[in-house]
Amino acid sequence: MEKDIKKQQEYKDIAQKYEPKPTLLKNVLWAFVVGGLICDVGQFFLNLFVKRGMTPEQAGTPVAIIMVFLGSFLTGIGIYDDIGRFAGAGSVVPITGFANSIVSPAMEFKREGFVFGVASRMFNIAGPVIVYGVGTSIIVGLIYYFLKG
Amino acid sequence: MDYLRAFLVGGIICVIAQILMDKTKLTPARILVLYVTVGAILGGIGIYKKIIDFGGAGATVPLLGFGNSLAQGAIKAVKKDGITGAFTGGLTATAGGIAAAIFFGYLFSIIFNPRTKK
Repeated sequence: MEKDIKKQQEYKDIAQKYEPKPTLLKNVLWAFVVGGLICDVGQFFLNLFVKRGMTPEQAGTPVAIIMVFLGSFLTGIGIYDDIGRFAGAGSVVPITGFANSIVSPAMEFKREGFVFGVASRMFNIAGPVIVYGVGTSIIVGLIYYFLKG
Repeated sequence: MDYLRAFLVGGIICVIAQILMDKTKLTPARILVLYVTVGAILGGIGIYKKIIDFGGAGATVPLLGFGNSLAQGAIKAVKKDGITGAFTGGLTATAGGIAAAIFFGYLFSIIFNPRTKK
């Protein structure tokens, strides 16, 4: 019995030694750098479309489509999750992270079928985002209507 | 110069989310919901446009920008179509991004398989 307790303590010590200790500062720094870089990729495409004659507002949609494409693709080949491991919020908050939140569970649950596996799991996180986003936008529209109408 | 501003603004937006994640146990899913909602509110009261004017893609690429597009779309459509616009505007403005997310999301989920965890 005493030996067991000693063993448990030993195990704890070893486990603690190998447990990663993510400090807030390190996380924040990585989030800043990766988040900033992802936005710069978006800026690159934004500039490209503006150079070809679009207004920045018009260019917003094609840029979003490209970023979603990149986010889904990188998630598919497994790179996005590697980035996310150290980037934290830096890879979650950009729209590429939104795409990641769609592909990741959909791939994972493919064995449950193409309807209830892939198609419904796609919206695990994207669903709530759309619900709250669209809901808020309707309220904003209604308030605007009654204030200015 | 616009790259520097996009980097700064995008980076700071991500840092705020990282601090929330580390300090409050908010999960990434909740952060995304929070950000799209806050973005729509900031967009509705007209503040977010100023952040976009300064940060460019640094403000539009994070989910806050998605929320802003929803709210701006609703306001624009109300101006044009009246009260119906409150219901059509948000999704109209963001249709490209949402459709792309559904299409590419489905496509790549079908093509690729999750890597076996090491």
